Amino acid sequence: MKLAKVLFLVSLPIIFIASIVLYVSHHNAQVFNTAGTIAKDEKSIILFSMFLSLFVLVPVYLMLIIFSVKYRESNKSSKYSPNFSHSKAVESVWWGIPTILIIILSVVTWRSSHQLDPYKMIDSNIKPINIQVVALDWKWLFIYPDKSIASVNSINIPINTPINFELTSDAPMNSFWVPQLSGQIYTMPGMSTKLSILSDKKGSYSGRSANISGKGFAGMLFSVNVVSNSEYNNWIKSTKSSTKVLNDRSYETLSKPTENVQPFTYSFVSADLYKNILGKYTLSDNNMSKVMGM
Amino acid sequence: MMLANLLGLLNVDSFRHDIIQNVGVGIMTLSIFFASLALTYFRKWKWLFGEWLSSLDHKKIGVMYIIVAVLMLSKAGFDALLMRTQQSLSVGNNHGILASQHYQQIFSSHGTTMIFFAAMGLMFGIINLAVPILIGTRDVAFPWLNSVSFWLFVSGMILLNTSLAIGDFSGAGWLAYPPLSELQFSPTVGVDYWIWSLQIAGVGSLLSGINFIVTILMKRTKGMNLMKMPMFVWSVLGSMTLVVFAFPVLTATITLLYLDRLVGTHFFTSGGGGNPMMYVNLIWAWGHPEVYILILPAFGIFSEIVATFSKKKLFGYTSMVWAIWAIVILSFTVWLHHFFTMGAGADVNGFFGIMTMIIAIPTGVKIFNWLFTMFRGKITFSAPMIWFVGFILLFSIGGVAGVLLAVPPADFQLHNSLFLVAHFHSMIVSGVLFGYFAGIVYWFPKFSGIKLNERLGKIAAYLWILGFIVAFVPLYALGIMGATRRMDHYSPSMGWQPLFIVAGVGVLIIGLGLLTLVSQVLYSVYKHVENKDRTGDPYDGRTLEWSIPSPAPHYNFSILPIVKKTDDFWESKQEKRSRDLVYKDISMPKNSYIGLFLSSGAFALGFGAVWHILWLSIVGLLIILGSVIARTLTEDTEYTIPKEKLILDDIQFYGEGK
Repeated sequence: MKLAKVLFLVSLPIIFIASIVLYVSHHNAQVFNTAGTIAKDEKSIILFSMFLSLFVLVPVYLMLIIFSVKYRESNKSSKYSPNFSHSKAVESVWWGIPTILIIILSVVTWRSSHQLDPYKMIDSNIKPINIQVVALDWKWLFIYPDKSIASVNSINIPINTPINFELTSDAPMNSFWVPQLSGQIYTMPGMSTKLSILSDKKGSYSGRSANISGKGFAGMLFSVNVVSNSEYNNWIKSTKSSTKVLNDRSYETLSKPTENVQPFTYSFVSADLYKNILGKYTLSDNNMSKVMGM
Repeated sequence: MMLANLLGLLNVDSFRHDIIQNVGVGIMTLSIFFASLALTYFRKWKWLFGEWLSSLDHKKIGVMYIIVAVLMLSKAGFDALLMRTQQSLSVGNNHGILASQHYQQIFSSHGTTMIFFAAMGLMFGIINLAVPILIGTRDVAFPWLNSVSFWLFVSGMILLNTSLAIGDFSGAGWLAYPPLSELQFSPTVGVDYWIWSLQIAGVGSLLSGINFIVTILMKRTKGMNLMKMPMFVWSVLGSMTLVVFAFPVLTATITLLYLDRLVGTHFFTSGGGGNPMMYVNLIWAWGHPEVYILILPAFGIFSEIVATFSKKKLFGYTSMVWAIWAIVILSFTVWLHHFFTMGAGADVNGFFGIMTMIIAIPTGVKIFNWLFTMFRGKITFSAPMIWFVGFILLFSIGGVAGVLLAVPPADFQLHNSLFLVAHFHSMIVSGVLFGYFAGIVYWFPKFSGIKLNERLGKIAAYLWILGFIVAFVPLYALGIMGATRRMDHYSPSMGWQPLFIVAGVGVLIIGLGLLTLVSQVLYSVYKHVENKDRTGDPYDGRTLEWSIPSPAPHYNFSILPIVKKTDDFWESKQEKRSRDLVYKDISMPKNSYIGLFLSSGAFALGFGAVWHILWLSIVGLLIILGSVIARTLTEDTEYTIPKEKLILDDIQFYGEGK
């Protein structure tokens, strides 16, 4: 192949990839366009790993290109050693380079797994807010246990305040994901998972379920609105003054399958609702007889 | 009432479908109809059954695997096209061409078909074609069992595709996580179709695994000790070891899921003492090794190809063997990285993250060794080498994306996003599929006697590489933009639509690549006179398969070779070693219909289990049992080929001189 033709072939994918990158940088690349401390740290880990991977990609690509050109059959001037198949030195380098890179990355992995453990509460001198999350068919219920209010598919949280989520599901498994604020965590029936976040930028951030949960899965969208403290207090007040109440009976209605639900709020929630939802699946005598039909 | 009992859950509604499904069923029915018509017109039924369907010849079984797999690849590729079409259109007020549930069935069937019936089929096809010849033997250890494996694979495939016409398919994703896949949330027979098509094909895979381990360990020709085996054979030994350890886990796990659905046990239900997390652990205890089951033989194929076309010994043979076995063992220690987001805690996540990265070391070593095989070689860029170059370019990116995903906090952000989808397609398409295509193209002259058209072969490879980049680079980007997998609808404000459209164009280019690949084969066969391989050694090859005529005679070797070195055929050419021409009578397995018959029982068992038709399942079981007994009682299973015939064949191919 002529050099010009090779260059043309090589430049095509580069131009393509560059234009994709350009497109992404002009739109909301949610994972990189962070608005929370956890998401920011996760982003820097992603970028560091990408940087580290260059130490493998660059030599591999360079060798591939150089060897392909230099040792092609039509190039008669290059050396040909058909039996050169073993070299302790060379092979030690092969085992060595990836091993060193992986050791570096392992340290990062171990440290970051602990630092960014979703169960770890965020250090702050501001009192954290607890929010309980229930994935339903096919919407998200958010309960503020300390304020006895609840909302569906939308929450407001104050800026710079740690938020401790407790999450479960009263439907198939889902995954709670607000990319601009933090990574995801599964929500599973009968189990409670945890996630702590802190947002340092006002705005409205979109969240969704990242794990297939049936027919209306694609419509399980919600928004997290990060607002100032006073706006947050006003929101609580106005929510309190609305008429809807969430008790066992209205919960029954709410938990029936519905799709593409518009956000709304409840002015009052019975205190043990989250506990009861979890308890539905644990093996108490009462539940056992229901399950076994006894 | 009686009739209703006899038909289980089946009723008229089971046959009602929407227009797209009807078109699919129509295409399937018409293809079968025209194929039958052609067979009748050309009077080929006897040839089809007598020469092919009943064959115990590993090469013919290999070819049949590949034909079925390519059909399934096209079908599941069409699923991919439907998915991207939906995602390109279904934005804002527009809801595209597919209802949510239908869309979910399509991506579930895409994944299931691609892994179990396209990739696994191509893999077993190539293993069947090449392994016995590469180790210098005339057949696999258990030829009849081999045909049973193949027919169980076909039976599972037919059951899966039956779901298109009768009933529906699972919409719970290719791994059917409970509780979604439990009766409560998936009340139709879809998940049962999924369970039973995998159950039947899975048993076939397990039997194949045993068969090839025994073949490789026991049937190598004289002088070929383990460390003289071609690297492809090593990789198959590794892969089949994984099959034998991993597939029983799959069988057990989906049996428990079926019990949950059939008799109301609570293994994986939410509540009642069940635990869905248990299923997720178990399915990945099979699922992660499965990835390496598929990729190892592809690595092996590239090892052969890069050595042959560089006219050079494979670099670091011992390193390569160690790398394979490191991967085999490590692949059982990483399953938890598929669910870092389940909340197992930092210690557990950290441990599995590090184990996952460690696998990258032997894989990296293999890539460097291939590149160093090219170093100081004499490289011809034949079509298989183009696949190899594409593999190194794209697989490396997929690999480092995998290492990135192995860091738990990075995974929290990218898990279940399209970034993850792009990552595993980098492994399965540019790793597994490219490897298998390269292998088929490479060994094509050996099993058909026809050299493939180089030009079309290269165009096909370029189209796949280009198509892959156009189809999957946008998915990496979409993942970063927060797009999750398996969505059939999204809001236009996300800015995802243009990228989905570009990715759809990529699927079309890949489709064009597949068409070119198929036409490469058809065109070369059509021009078979000028493309005939008259030497048996079209590439100046290194391993034993090139020492015999093309197409390989059904007994492979008229005289079993004696091996002295690695790449013995190449060495014998360098040394101008001549061999003793001592011909002996040989015995070969007779054809048998019992494998085919047995698999019809497996289908009946599966279909009965899906639709709760008890009598049909019992009939199916009896057929299976009866077939095994019938085969056990068959004593006359072999026939003899006299040495005169062998001599005659050799003279006919090589001429009097040899």
